[in-house]
Amino acid sequence: MSASESKAPPDAVPLWRRPRLRGWLLQALLLAAVLGAVGLMFGNALDNLARQGIASGFGFWDQPAGFGINTTLIEYSETSSYGRAFLVGLLNTLLVSAIGIVLATLVGFVIGVARLSPNALIRGWAYAYVEVIRNIPLLLQIFFWYFAVLRPLPGPREAISLFDLAFLSNRGLQLPRPLPEQGFGWLLAAFLVGIVAAVVLLRRGRGGGRWWWSLAALLLPPLAVAALVGWPLGWSVPELTRFNFRGGMALTPEFVALVLALSLYTASFIAEIVRAGIQSVRRGQREAAAALGLPPGLTLRKVVLPQAMRVIVPPLTNQYLNLTKNSSLAAAIAYPDLVSVFAGTVLNQTGQAVEVISITMAVYLAISLTIAALMGWYNRRQALVER
Amino acid sequence: MATRHWLPLVLLALSTCGSALAGPTLDAVKQRGYLKCGVSQGLPGFSTPSQKGEWTGLDVDYCRALAAAVFGDAGKVRFTPLSAKERFTALQSGEIDILARNTTWTSSRDTELGFDFVGVSYYDGQGFMVRKELGLNSAKELDGATICANAGTTTELNVADYFRTHGMKYRPVVFEKSDETVAAYDAGRCDVYTTDKSGLYAQKVKLKDPAAHVILPEVISKEPLGPLVRQGDAQWFDIAKWTLFALIGAEELGLTSANVEQQRKTSQNPEVRRMLGVEGKLGQALGLPGDWAFQAVRQVGNYGEIFQRNLGGAPLNIERGQNALWTQGGLMYAPPFR
Repeated sequence: MSASESKAPPDAVPLWRRPRLRGWLLQALLLAAVLGAVGLMFGNALDNLARQGIASGFGFWDQPAGFGINTTLIEYSETSSYGRAFLVGLLNTLLVSAIGIVLATLVGFVIGVARLSPNALIRGWAYAYVEVIRNIPLLLQIFFWYFAVLRPLPGPREAISLFDLAFLSNRGLQLPRPLPEQGFGWLLAAFLVGIVAAVVLLRRGRGGGRWWWSLAALLLPPLAVAALVGWPLGWSVPELTRFNFRGGMALTPEFVALVLALSLYTASFIAEIVRAGIQSVRRGQREAAAALGLPPGLTLRKVVLPQAMRVIVPPLTNQYLNLTKNSSLAAAIAYPDLVSVFAGTVLNQTGQAVEVISITMAVYLAISLTIAALMGWYNRRQALVER
Repeated sequence: MATRHWLPLVLLALSTCGSALAGPTLDAVKQRGYLKCGVSQGLPGFSTPSQKGEWTGLDVDYCRALAAAVFGDAGKVRFTPLSAKERFTALQSGEIDILARNTTWTSSRDTELGFDFVGVSYYDGQGFMVRKELGLNSAKELDGATICANAGTTTELNVADYFRTHGMKYRPVVFEKSDETVAAYDAGRCDVYTTDKSGLYAQKVKLKDPAAHVILPEVISKEPLGPLVRQGDAQWFDIAKWTLFALIGAEELGLTSANVEQQRKTSQNPEVRRMLGVEGKLGQALGLPGDWAFQAVRQVGNYGEIFQRNLGGAPLNIERGQNALWTQGGLMYAPPFR
């Protein structure tokens, strides 16, 4: 700036020379352009849909769906609405993701720790597991597990029976289903009271005798309730009919294959994350623990892992998100998840691709953001608090 | 609407536009130099790649005939294999010019989805296949069965309707691709495999032991299969429609790929002369060369030849049945060429 300009009062500086204002203006322009473009595309899409005679809007939501779904966590029939079908698919996605995340974490931590085992055999197997599993496409693994689970199993009539209560066949694993009867709520409440009492006794008590006291506290309340109201729990046992088993509950081959493939695949990535996390903890920490006389198992649980978690959690979140999104491959093996039911059958029957795909994307986004938020909260709790 | 002013710009930006203007499909196809035809991912008899890597089948031959009508060359067509789930979006978005993928003509598809069905190229109906060892004679004995089907098809809905009507229960196992559906049925995941009857015959050939399976007699639905185009382009709709009628009409008039050349020169039948472009201006009215129907029949054959080549002969051996000409007790009927 020249001397004459710097003397001028601030009002005299032209608008476009003020960096702050210019910055705001440019950002406002960009925002307007982005909003305009989105609005244009939206309006254009609606316009085109209307001109091509394609129905639009969300009127289909309450229409009867008219197709069946084989795995439902909630009541569903062919006369239920498309909205209900959406809910069924969503719950199935959440179910498979939740179980997959738990299993993948367990297997991943075990393999990750095994990767650093002093035993060469264990180390080698863990290494082989990681390298083989993470380098084969997930879809192939899903097909592999599906047909690997399906092929060797006998048909329902030759099902492998366990005491005539559970049956294993190529229709899945049939298990007895608990049927709560009158007074079941009381039993459940008594059970909870028992658990709380047992824990309190364990924590407060001293000496070997407290184990017996807490066991008694655990068992007495439910037994007392059972003695009062009778045993309020029946069982629906699967029985073979002409084609299939009726009654009980079933783990379908699709579900088992999908959970296996998803969790084993993701576990191979988690194992590497865990290994990296453990290796990030300084040697001195282990040596200090050893010097204090801590056994190796305790050192791992109380010294190494808590410090490793700070490195592990952020990339672990990525793997959880991946697993959830990968669960959409379920459509390939007929597990009725959100993509299969909603972005598949519902989309095809209604033909409303724009609406259905938008909803599906929004749902995955919401699930992913929720997982990320939970993991973020956990990460903040784990983080070092610096003063 | 304000958006209309922006339309030229948006046309450049988004390829979804333009398909609804009058007559642009033919221009686009001509300019491109080949026809884009959506077919199945492999259904013997309708559209399946042969061992030499060439597409064969009834639907494939229809697209070839359409290419012959437009370009005078049945080879100027490229095939896009589509799953049942993808097919409608592919046509709506302009990815393909015509969908000939054993697709059932229904009211909702014709209206809500923004399509026009060209006609019926195969009259079908849904059936059930089961293992012989179950000893079943009728679909009414299927209460409680597990059923393998394809996602995004009318099949899925028909089964639901049929079982509801008869007060029976079933468990659906629904796959995205037909190959997996058949593999799962073959592996014993389901008691029943259901699809259109023609599809049952076609897939039965692919099973490990075809003789161990039987197709139940019931036909539980009407499945008129035919090609479809986007709604709103009347010219392209007419072209697609009359190409199908030309194939059926040629069989009615006794024109075959072998004799059509001779007939064009010697026939005195006025309808034959009009159809083959010797008399009248039928081709011009469609925006096509005068010999459009002649080329289609000469290069691909009439409907009867196409049927025999793809479905009637081994290994499928499907009878003409409802797909015979109306003069022979079937339903195939072409409006007059005049």
